[in-house]
Amino acid sequence: MILPSLSFKSLRNRALTSVLTVLSIALSVTLLLSVERIRKSAQEGFTSAISQTDLIVGARSGPVQLLLFTVFNVGNPTHNISYKAYEKLKDHPAVAWTIPYSLGDGHKGFRVVGTNEDFFKYYHYRGNHQVEIEKGRVFRGLFDVVLGAEVARSLGYKLGDNVVVAHGVTHGHGVQHHDDKPFQVVGILSPTGTALDRAVYITLEGMEAMHVDWHDGAAPVAGKETPAYELSRENLKVDDITAFFVGAKNRVETLKLQREINEFAEEPLLAIIPGATLAELWDGLSYVEGSLKAISWMVVVVGLTSMLIALLTTLQERRREIAILRALGASVQQVTGLLIFESGLLTLIGIVVGLGFSFGAIGLVAPWIEREFGLYLTGGGFSFVEIMYLIVTLVAGVLIGVIPAMIAMRNALKDGLTPKV
Amino acid sequence: MSSNNLIEMKELSFTYPQQKKATLDIADFSVSKGEELFLHGPSGTGKTTLLEILSGVIKPTAGELKILGQDFMQLNDRQRDAFRAEHMGYIFQNFNLIPYLTVAENIELPLHLSPARKKRVGNIDLNLVIHALCGNLGIADILPKKVMELSVGQQQRVAVARALLGKPSLLLADEPTSALDTDHRERFLKLMFELAELYDTTVVFVSHDRTIQHLFSRAVSLAAINKAF
Repeated sequence: MILPSLSFKSLRNRALTSVLTVLSIALSVTLLLSVERIRKSAQEGFTSAISQTDLIVGARSGPVQLLLFTVFNVGNPTHNISYKAYEKLKDHPAVAWTIPYSLGDGHKGFRVVGTNEDFFKYYHYRGNHQVEIEKGRVFRGLFDVVLGAEVARSLGYKLGDNVVVAHGVTHGHGVQHHDDKPFQVVGILSPTGTALDRAVYITLEGMEAMHVDWHDGAAPVAGKETPAYELSRENLKVDDITAFFVGAKNRVETLKLQREINEFAEEPLLAIIPGATLAELWDGLSYVEGSLKAISWMVVVVGLTSMLIALLTTLQERRREIAILRALGASVQQVTGLLIFESGLLTLIGIVVGLGFSFGAIGLVAPWIEREFGLYLTGGGFSFVEIMYLIVTLVAGVLIGVIPAMIAMRNALKDGLTPKV
Repeated sequence: MSSNNLIEMKELSFTYPQQKKATLDIADFSVSKGEELFLHGPSGTGKTTLLEILSGVIKPTAGELKILGQDFMQLNDRQRDAFRAEHMGYIFQNFNLIPYLTVAENIELPLHLSPARKKRVGNIDLNLVIHALCGNLGIADILPKKVMELSVGQQQRVAVARALLGKPSLLLADEPTSALDTDHRERFLKLMFELAELYDTTVVFVSHDRTIQHLFSRAVSLAAINKAF
């Protein structure tokens, strides 16, 4: 068949325009796939912020609120739960493990979490990922502090640096600092791409030690602070914590355990199943997903429009060519086929190049995005949505070839065989 | 009707859509085989429309049109396209060639668009046929060249070679000499006629330039046969 070879020669003749057209389609496909991948990653990053935890328990408030301040470092707890209640539930026969969480203090805008060694043992995110120490070690002493990856990076802390913890999360004027109890960085966590990166971790007793001279929310009187050397993990008693994570021995018993905790007689407690509350929360954020999708489609429309422009700009010079082919006996269908074949070919090459770009780009920037934005890009094969996007792009590309073809044919007939030059 | 006629028209008219007045209205006109017909007339007399009808790009609104004995009114668009590809050669005023193909590729093009026409070339090596044809036109040496490198005169001779390859019955020419100077015009026409006679091809040549009229076997004023004018 002569037409494909004519197309190739014609495209080669207009090499620059062809390459630019392919490039513009390739870039839109890259953007489309990247936006889609980021959307998916955001969703996954969100819903996989915590895993393998069966219940989160806190003082009675809203389930979303409890999830937000424990898993996402957002918002403040209003009430604590007594350590006594925690210990009682910890020893419940259905409970396999717990991680206590004590919140309320901050360091330069980052949250300070008081917890214990079980945090490193049992906290899981994104399936079976565990909290890992990148540098140094886990906390042992009262004034040991372990930093989330993002905290260490943005504040430029190294192992051995001193850290002063402020009362309350935010920084600014009028913030009371616990500068009488300096903490020392002993470890830095590996980046997780979750809110874990944006917090500072100390022991429960360390948290208690900061407040040892505080009474009724008032800072200690100057000169009357208990000297730091007098304090140790052993001689401090933890009175309350904010929340705790629970791993059940048997997943089937989770619901029963949840009900039992919610009906805990000694104090008002709330137990939530993180997965369910996460899904509920993501549903509430569906407009985020919607806007990302809208952006994706706008990107495709821009890409296809630029292809249409590229095809239409060459149309003028091609009118002569079309008139010649018509005079030689090519039918309207053949000439239309030629133009559609060309746009289809350009779109196909554009899609293939775009695929290459997006995989290359994801490979190249994924570590950077993970580090800078804490967004863990999901890799792997194509999702159904991505394949649909590509098919729609291809079909639209082919259909767009019909527009110049129709204009060309109308002109060819209007001009007759003799193109007006 | 004489079987010696290549083209026969009776009460043939053409009216463009959305126009009331016909552009072309020919009561009775025919072109006999082997003729070199010169159709002249100022612009607006329907020259281009007549060429479009003869080539089959547009269909007459009413009347009778027979070419090579084939009733054109009975053919659909595709059939007329195929008929043109098989039986006709066409030369434009200028810009006859596809710029990204070589001279040889341009000349071969009609054979790729019509298997019937290719068949007519026979089993002889196509390159030999093209070389012989181009030898006659004095353009054999430029066959591998790019179209851009040719002079206007060379381009028009390549157009003649393409139009005549496969020995079509009818050669339609739309002022192909207007871009050439007087000297080249006569030489070009003589060469074209020589080949047309050799290939048994009837020539219908449309022009407003009557200085070349004497070279043709018959000259007709389109204004005289077109009642719509």
